[in-house]
Amino acid sequence: MLAYLIRRFGQSLLVMAVMATIVFFGLYMVGNPVDLLINPEDDLAAQEAAIRRLGLDQPIYIQFLQFLKGIATGNLGVSFVHNTPALELILSRLPATLELAFFAMLLAILLGIPLGMIAGLYPSSPGSRVIMGGSIIGFSTPNFWQGLMLIMLFAVFWRVLPSGGRGQTTDLFGIPVSFLTLDGLKHLILPALNLAIFKIALVIRLSRAGTSEVSLQDYVKYARARGLSEKRIVGVHILKNILIPVVTVLGLELGNVIAFAVVTETVFAWPGIGKLLIDSIGLLDRPVVVAYMMLTVFMFVMINFFVDMAYSMLDPRIRIKAGKS
Amino acid sequence: MTAPVLSVRDLVTEFDTRAGALRAVNNVCFDVMPGEVLGIVGESGSGKTITGFSIMQLLDKPGKVKSGEILLNGKDLGRLGDTELRQLRGDRIAMIFQDPMMTLNPVLRIDTQMIETILAHRKVSHAEARQLAEDALAQVGIPSPAERLKTYPHEMSGGMRQRVVIAIALMLEPDLIIADEPTTALDVTIQSQILFEMQRLLSNRNMGLIWITHDLTVVAGLAHKVAVMYAGRIVEFGPVSDLLDRPAHPYTRGLIDSIPSNASHGKRLTQIPGMTPNLLNLGKGCPFRPRCPRASDICASDPETSSTGDGRTVRCHNPIEEGLDDTASAT
Ligand SMILES: Nc1ncnc2c1ncn2[C@@H]1O[C@H](COP(=O)(O)OP(=O)(O)O)[C@@H](O)[C@H]1O
Ligand code: SF4
Ligand SMILES: [Mg+2]
Repeated sequence: MLAYLIRRFGQSLLVMAVMATIVFFGLYMVGNPVDLLINPEDDLAAQEAAIRRLGLDQPIYIQFLQFLKGIATGNLGVSFVHNTPALELILSRLPATLELAFFAMLLAILLGIPLGMIAGLYPSSPGSRVIMGGSIIGFSTPNFWQGLMLIMLFAVFWRVLPSGGRGQTTDLFGIPVSFLTLDGLKHLILPALNLAIFKIALVIRLSRAGTSEVSLQDYVKYARARGLSEKRIVGVHILKNILIPVVTVLGLELGNVIAFAVVTETVFAWPGIGKLLIDSIGLLDRPVVVAYMMLTVFMFVMINFFVDMAYSMLDPRIRIKAGKS
Repeated sequence: MTAPVLSVRDLVTEFDTRAGALRAVNNVCFDVMPGEVLGIVGESGSGKTITGFSIMQLLDKPGKVKSGEILLNGKDLGRLGDTELRQLRGDRIAMIFQDPMMTLNPVLRIDTQMIETILAHRKVSHAEARQLAEDALAQVGIPSPAERLKTYPHEMSGGMRQRVVIAIALMLEPDLIIADEPTTALDVTIQSQILFEMQRLLSNRNMGLIWITHDLTVVAGLAHKVAVMYAGRIVEFGPVSDLLDRPAHPYTRGLIDSIPSNASHGKRLTQIPGMTPNLLNLGKGCPFRPRCPRASDICASDPETSSTGDGRTVRCHNPIEEGLDDTASAT
């Protein structure tokens, strides 16, 4: 177990290092932030002072060494644009993205599993056909278009939900969240749904496939032969077996949800890290972009780790036996 | 005279396949008395399992009971609604499946699966149900049952799992148990242990038992009566020792002759030639005809079931009669 953890940790450090290097030099090749950052009206001396302050007067390899030195002391650099530490900037925007991702996942589970199970249990009913047709549309249309459609229907036609922003927030343990106020919740629904559509479609497919496979198993027939109620057979015997693949895939998708939030946050002007990333790339704000990438890799690693844990908890056959050897 | 626990009358079960109706069970009749063990024997594909599932009313689509009656204590199971059937299954009529590796749900602990069965039928507390489950495990010879209850199926051997399934079947004292080849998937030693255990458990109970198997030797030790199935029909029926000593149907004879211990050393084992027929195109006449050493012209028409006295029936135009040369044709 310990060896496994150390190996995992080493691998993730390596990935983070490679990622940071690629992004660092990649952005250098895209363009020179100086062109965007300094005021061309300023006199030459002021311009040079500004460039020196940002460290952009040095050759790129010196800049990279400076960057590495910063990392060694736990400093990911200072945003060129906002003039605040990049990590701090990202962390201040993170709660908004996490809230969005969390509710998208919740929707994927609460809608995807029951719909998928219905489609798996009654494959030829009209309702199941509608569900499967819907999931194909969910899969095959672009996410940003789905977002625009949601805005058009709910915000423009029916005017029931706002089209963007975070709405009123309240503090929960010192972190601003939207879902505790009615206004915030209204703002949350559309972006969360937009981010969730792909995942709902995915969970529907997984749950349907799992349900139709599991319901043919002997143990389901045996549960019927023991006179269990249909509610218990579907809600316990089938559900518990299909949860294993669903949880695995959803867990792995959690990282994707955070990555995909870039699109949703842009469409719905949701002030999370995705929108920050797009803005920062536009301004060639290298420290922020690099810090975002490193943080994302870190999150992916942590998520995969917890998925492994959850997986072994759900499936007793692969449970890691402690104290029994 | 006591009434039978189970009475199956002219049962016909069909699968509507794309290639036509497949008649898996064809006019099957039998009774099971309280305390009686009925063995159903036949090669694989002869319709034994489907007979069991027809009784349980648990046929997979497109299987359907087309006609006939299945009377459990006089109640026709075919006429009951889903709720009434659910209440009977597991309580009055229990089934043991063939493969113990596939029967128990892999993600639920043994106690969960035992207790849920009790709570589906009895108004008892969770603690009482657990006690009942523990007692049931102890009864089938599972050591330290309280600890075993807390394990998952995969932590047990096949034999242990089948004991758990047997315990679940016996737990609520049903009137009838249908055991579908419960030892086929197990080692020979485990198989005889379970058979021995089963005989012990049955001795002081009054329940009916249907023991499905393809192995005549198992039937000889356990059953009171035997039904021999071929191509969905019962071709011969009778008390076990009588039927094994003096088989009347050529198919039964063939099954007995292919038991290894019956052949003398050095002699080749006799086998029934040919294959089990395709139920989709049986054609007219006796389905055993292509493989039958006694077949004659009359066998081009399907034989009726006829009684031969002493509670025996046979479905054959040229049954083997005592005293006659039993391999030569009767005509
Ligand atoms: N789901 C099904 N669809 C079509 N035919 C089936 C199905 N299940 C069983 N059968 C047919 O029914 C016949 C009897 O099968 P079964 O009762 O399982 O035989 P066994 O005597 O080996 O238990 C077989 O010929 C098989 O092909
Ligand atoms: S009816 Fe004819 S073919 Fe069929 S078992 Fe009897 S003798 Fe053989
Ligand atoms: Mg079978």
